Amino acid sequence: MCDSLSHASYSATFSSLASKTSVSPPPLFPPSFKVPTFSPLTVKPLSSTFTPHAARVTTITTYAATSPSSVPSDASTTTFHGLCYVVGDNIDTDQIIPAEYLTLVPSNPAEYEKLGSYALIGLPSSYATRFIEPNEIKTKYSIVIGGANFGCGSSREHAPVALGAAGAKAVVAESYARIFFRNSVATGEVYPLESEVRICEECRTGDMVTIELGESRLINHNTGKEYKLKPIGDAGPVIEAGGIFAYARKTGMIPPQSK
Amino acid sequence: MASSLVFSSPASSFISNKKDLGFSAFPSTSQFAIHKFKKQVSKKIVSVMAPQQSERKPATTGSVKTGMTMTEKILARASEKPQLRPGDNVWVNVDILMTHDVCGPGSIGIFKKEFGENAKVWDREQIVIIPDHYIFTSDERANRNVDILRDFCTEQNIKYFYDIKDLSNFKANLDYKGVCHVALAQEGHCRPGEVLLGTDSHTCTAGAFGQFATGIGNTDAGFVLGTGKLLLKVPQTLRFVMDGEMPHYLLAKDLILQIIGEISVAGATYKSMEFVGTVVESLNMEERMTLCNMVVEAGGKNGVVPADSTTFKYLEDKTSVPYEPVYSDAQASFLSEYIFDISKLEPLVAKPHSPDNRALARECKDVKIDRVYIGSCTGGKTEDFLAAAKVFLASGKKVKVPTFLVPATQKVWIDIYTLPVPGSGGKTCFQIFEEAGCDTPASPSCGACLGGPKDTYARMNEPKVCVSTTNRNFPGRMGHKEGQIYLASPYTAAASALTGYVTDPREFLQ
Repeated sequence: MCDSLSHASYSATFSSLASKTSVSPPPLFPPSFKVPTFSPLTVKPLSSTFTPHAARVTTITTYAATSPSSVPSDASTTTFHGLCYVVGDNIDTDQIIPAEYLTLVPSNPAEYEKLGSYALIGLPSSYATRFIEPNEIKTKYSIVIGGANFGCGSSREHAPVALGAAGAKAVVAESYARIFFRNSVATGEVYPLESEVRICEECRTGDMVTIELGESRLINHNTGKEYKLKPIGDAGPVIEAGGIFAYARKTGMIPPQSK
Repeated sequence: MASSLVFSSPASSFISNKKDLGFSAFPSTSQFAIHKFKKQVSKKIVSVMAPQQSERKPATTGSVKTGMTMTEKILARASEKPQLRPGDNVWVNVDILMTHDVCGPGSIGIFKKEFGENAKVWDREQIVIIPDHYIFTSDERANRNVDILRDFCTEQNIKYFYDIKDLSNFKANLDYKGVCHVALAQEGHCRPGEVLLGTDSHTCTAGAFGQFATGIGNTDAGFVLGTGKLLLKVPQTLRFVMDGEMPHYLLAKDLILQIIGEISVAGATYKSMEFVGTVVESLNMEERMTLCNMVVEAGGKNGVVPADSTTFKYLEDKTSVPYEPVYSDAQASFLSEYIFDISKLEPLVAKPHSPDNRALARECKDVKIDRVYIGSCTGGKTEDFLAAAKVFLASGKKVKVPTFLVPATQKVWIDIYTLPVPGSGGKTCFQIFEEAGCDTPASPSCGACLGGPKDTYARMNEPKVCVSTTNRNFPGRMGHKEGQIYLASPYTAAASALTGYVTDPREFLQ
């Protein structure tokens, strides 16, 4: 468990990662966290592998200055780090963002924020620890860990948008429903990753995890276990480019954006 | 995976799962083809060069082409390629883009942000905008969202905008249709061989017309609005063969519940679902729409039913746009083939809380219910109401629980009030519903299928048990998180209304 002590201060730094997380930093440890207390702010963060999550269509990769066209996805040094929130199988879009909130238009900035405040509010009450605390509008969990068929149901883009607006950076699921996956890629709101095994059964809400994209690896600092992640596949070039519009511009399908 | 009940199959539905990529045993049902020329797609975008495929295959001549499935053929033609294989990522020309009041405003926002405030849509006649989700509500944002659609349609001179202004009386709005997927079909926007994309997961409904139809999000829709194209990955096809004679107590809803129960809610993820066989051929268009409608509930990318005389007849008075149907080649490769002997199937339900939680309706006869909901793109079409009326007529009794009727469109509403129900001596659906004690048919819209704003008619605001002809029953789907929703056919829903318990319609249909 020593590993987790040295990494635990990331919880303090991850509030700086998210340019979207603008409210007061969340408590360092949720009640279920078992590590004994220690002084949280003394340990230095890892050297600069963290990238602030860009607001909308995101260039997650750290090499924005280099030529975009031929950089393979495994050259990425991007990492995600933070507390994880664990859900089960078949988390459908009605649980991610119930239909009554769909009157909020994601392209409207104020309503975008409001959508975030309702992320995963549809989860049944069997989920005692909520994704967003009552009276909060952002989540303290930057990584959602799911089971099979995450995001099934509706095509509503409000689903990945709500997760992203709430402060989640990535989802690691055993598998995805296709429209949710596609929307995640198109919006850049959350990075949709797939695990090789059912991580949802080995991680608990509140565990501190790191995802190293370049290594295709997830590390659970509480259990010390590491997991292999699946390669992003065909979505890679689109994500690399920064979303479908950027990809289309890059490949010449549409003209450059006129200023 | 799916937390579905492990269901012991109805005794004799025989499922064959040929995993080899062999040829289909069934010859393509290519009948006479209407050889019309596909109209040219206007190309207003500046295309400098097509994106490099990761692997460039040599060009093939006609004689060495490999067999393709229907879906592969449609996408090949739409991407102007002679040959496609599953896994190929291609830029596809879109024939129709549909959006509604929930996702339209967001899509429009993205369109303007990416293409500019003064950008013009790629083609004003290929976009169909249909307010249908949150219409009859006092929710201000919902009402505002319809206004946003109207402003955009005016600005862009969109040809097909089925507007509503007077919320107190839907009939006062001559343009208003109702549920988008039913309206698309009724207004002749669904045509064999075409590509139809919509900002709604049940866009797959249109596959009933032998076209490629699937749901997309706001960002993709914003892209299509500006370019008329989208990057799509060619899916493998699962083939479902349904042969035999359809028993008189079964409807298409039972067929699709059977399939979803068989392959699970992720059984068709990223796949195309092709429905063939004598049973499928015997279905009318609305029943085929029900079948394709719930393809997404199995995770499917799209569903297709080969176009035939039933399709052509339906389209005769609805569209004059030329179309060219396509059919799977005899040598096409299917990932799997499932064969069902429908004559042995029994009425089904999907129990809470998953569309794949399949059970025999008769095995749920002790489940007491609080209400019945007949409506939505899945189960609120004219044929669905005729079916429900048939059961009420056969019974002659009154319902024991509140029974909500929400016609999908204005046309369906009119049909309920005007069409005579066979065997009733000239009574209309409405008369039969009234005699049975059902609620008065409501204003056409998506209604409570997905809950919606709190004041939505028939929304489940308390934890109740409901038998519904809709498409999803995940927790909270119709409103309350602890609500229990049993998905069923209109026959089963009507039968359940009559007894106050989940009921097999054979109790009433002899």
